[in-house]
Amino acid sequence: MPITSPETYWWKPADKEEKIWISVAIVWCLILFTMMPLWHFVGGQNPSVEPMKIRPDDFDKVTGAFIEKYKIGEESGIPVVKPPDGADVYLKGQMWNWIPILELKKGVNYKFHISSVDLMHGFSLQPMNMNFQIVPGHDNILNLTPTASGTYHIICNEFCGVGHHTMVGKIVVKD
Amino acid sequence: MAANEMEFRTCPITGKKVYATTQNLMWINAVTAVVFILIGGIMALLVALTRLPAVHLLSPEWFYKALTAHGLNMLVFWIIFFEVAGLYFGSSVLLNSRLAAPKVAWLAYILMLVGSVLVDVMVFTDNATVMFSSYVPLQAHPLYYLGIILFAVGALTACGIFFGTLAIAKADKTYEGSLPLVTFGLSAAAIIAVFTLACGAIIYIPTFLWSLGVIKNLDPAMYRLIFWGFGHSSQQINVTAMVSIWYLLGALTVGAKPVNEKICRSAFVLYILFINLASEHHLLTDPTLSPAHKIWNTGYFMYMAVLASMIHALAIPMAVEVAQRKKGYTKGLFEWLTKAPWGEPGFPAMIFSLLIFGFIGGITGVVYGTEQLSIKSHNTWALTGHFHATVVGGTTLAFMGLTYYVIPLIFRREIIGKKWASAQPYVYAIGLILLILGMSGAGILGSPRRHWDVTFADSIIPFSFDPTVLLFTTIAALGGILAAVGGAMYVGVSVLSVFLGRKLAPNEAKLVY
Ligand code: HEM
Ligand SMILES: [Cu+2]
Ligand SMILES: [Cu+2]
Repeated sequence: MPITSPETYWWKPADKEEKIWISVAIVWCLILFTMMPLWHFVGGQNPSVEPMKIRPDDFDKVTGAFIEKYKIGEESGIPVVKPPDGADVYLKGQMWNWIPILELKKGVNYKFHISSVDLMHGFSLQPMNMNFQIVPGHDNILNLTPTASGTYHIICNEFCGVGHHTMVGKIVVKD
Repeated sequence: MAANEMEFRTCPITGKKVYATTQNLMWINAVTAVVFILIGGIMALLVALTRLPAVHLLSPEWFYKALTAHGLNMLVFWIIFFEVAGLYFGSSVLLNSRLAAPKVAWLAYILMLVGSVLVDVMVFTDNATVMFSSYVPLQAHPLYYLGIILFAVGALTACGIFFGTLAIAKADKTYEGSLPLVTFGLSAAAIIAVFTLACGAIIYIPTFLWSLGVIKNLDPAMYRLIFWGFGHSSQQINVTAMVSIWYLLGALTVGAKPVNEKICRSAFVLYILFINLASEHHLLTDPTLSPAHKIWNTGYFMYMAVLASMIHALAIPMAVEVAQRKKGYTKGLFEWLTKAPWGEPGFPAMIFSLLIFGFIGGITGVVYGTEQLSIKSHNTWALTGHFHATVVGGTTLAFMGLTYYVIPLIFRREIIGKKWASAQPYVYAIGLILLILGMSGAGILGSPRRHWDVTFADSIIPFSFDPTVLLFTTIAALGGILAAVGGAMYVGVSVLSVFLGRKLAPNEAKLVY
């Protein structure tokens, strides 16, 4: 009984069925184990995060300069920015907006710098559903190449106060 | 309830000595746990009704407050109070030993109670709408953090009582040979708990000081790392305690006996060694860890803990089958299963717990825990679906099943509403499966967790999801309402039985039926 001490010496070898099950499980675990690096190296599927710190004030300034330089208009009070091909792109999470709205070109690689100037936010790119944690004080650097033109939205999926559910940003990709 | 430390009775069914002090402490911890599942359950219903697009019940302020309360009352207070009762059972009752330092155990209880009441007061007075994770720099009132610290110190003390009781039992020779398997499993849980609560102290003490203004800056990324060292590891306590309870329910319902103790015990050791490593999978989309670190993190020994669960997943059904075949249910491949006591709440609770935890929770966990797929699931409702399979369908359902035996065996009351008790695991499990299905479906399509309005009606920039998201959200909410009914049945039966159930005569042997 599992509620009483085992009656006899219990360090016994496993039965055949148990051995088969455990071997299958181990092999399966090993397959999963090797899949991870394979996906990374062969599939090239991992984000290329370069861990970097940046003070929220500094990030705010860099984003401000970036907007200033490449601004092409405004939509609902939020600046619309069109960076040149291959430029570093800055995206700021701030209660409760993603600033600026970006206009990008299909097939061009951009280096995204995403951070927050207040609380944590959740960068959630729709409709492809790619999600990254945005942490104040840290620059989430992503190399992104838009592969299809159209309008994309960024929602916030980390609780960031009572307006959290209104936080939506936008990226427009043109041919 | 000052009982003599040496006073005990002998259980007419198991022959175990039940000390009066242990019984009282188990009673108070279990009853408190049920109070918290009631609060958490009411919050669950409110949150589910707000998520239901056709109803959208609460205001945003109340929704986020209720969600914070739901997470804390369920994940922390309900589960841990129940686990403390379980630890006293596993050490004192199963080993026939008096409990070490009952006065200290009462102190532990009081610390936990004061801590949890403080936390709930802070949450409900709008001083701590921070979700259970309270990510820095989102700040709560200092008393919120103090409440968590008091609770954790109390829980750690309870683990100390558990180890003290093991030592007393060994010294007094109240058992012969090795620890019973259930006690062994609970020891694994308690060992993991000590590490976990240490992480909790490392993170909550500076956060408390930060909320007081003593410390100026806390790195939010560092907070996340250590918080999950605490937050994830505490889920491993739940897993380990739950598996121990599966073995216990197997024994109580069909007399199942582990086929190979060596294998079962080795699997528990794997939990202790490898399970904590999984904590960092919460940070796979964070900007702080290097890709090399993340690959290492997702592709390594974590699978040794998965292996341990795979071993239990064989050992428990196998023990049930062997016990049933011994009783003569040997026709065909499955008579042992069809003739199992499906009408007795403990059996379906154990089976559903095993299936929901293993098939839904385990598989989604392994999938979402890989770096690449974490990008697709991080902070979406699919994640919420995953942990409702593990900690609700798994742990909570197993604890519920056990309650129906603890009441007659330890608290010596007859169950009131046996039919309700028997139906409860089915209602709860079906509701949960729908809840999890809906959450997972909506989440895979991108629907966020912790979110008041997935139609984004108040946003400056308009956005709407594929309408399938609303369909899945509705399924989730309806399943949630059914699960809430199942939860209410549990609270109803257990509260009525504990307070109003007929007192069993000293030698009366009565399980549920
Ligand atoms: C009647 C049963 C239950 C129902 C209907 C239910 C429903 C829900 C819903 C709708 C959410 C909100 C998800 C969101 O908007 O992000 C949620 C969150 C959550 N639930 Fe439950 N739940 C139940 C039981 C439990 C139990 C028993 C536990 C723990 C033991 C639990 C732990 C949690 C946690 C930790 C969260 C996340 C809170 C957060 O994001 O901060 N739930 N639940
Ligand atoms: Cu946000
Ligand atoms: Cu947010």
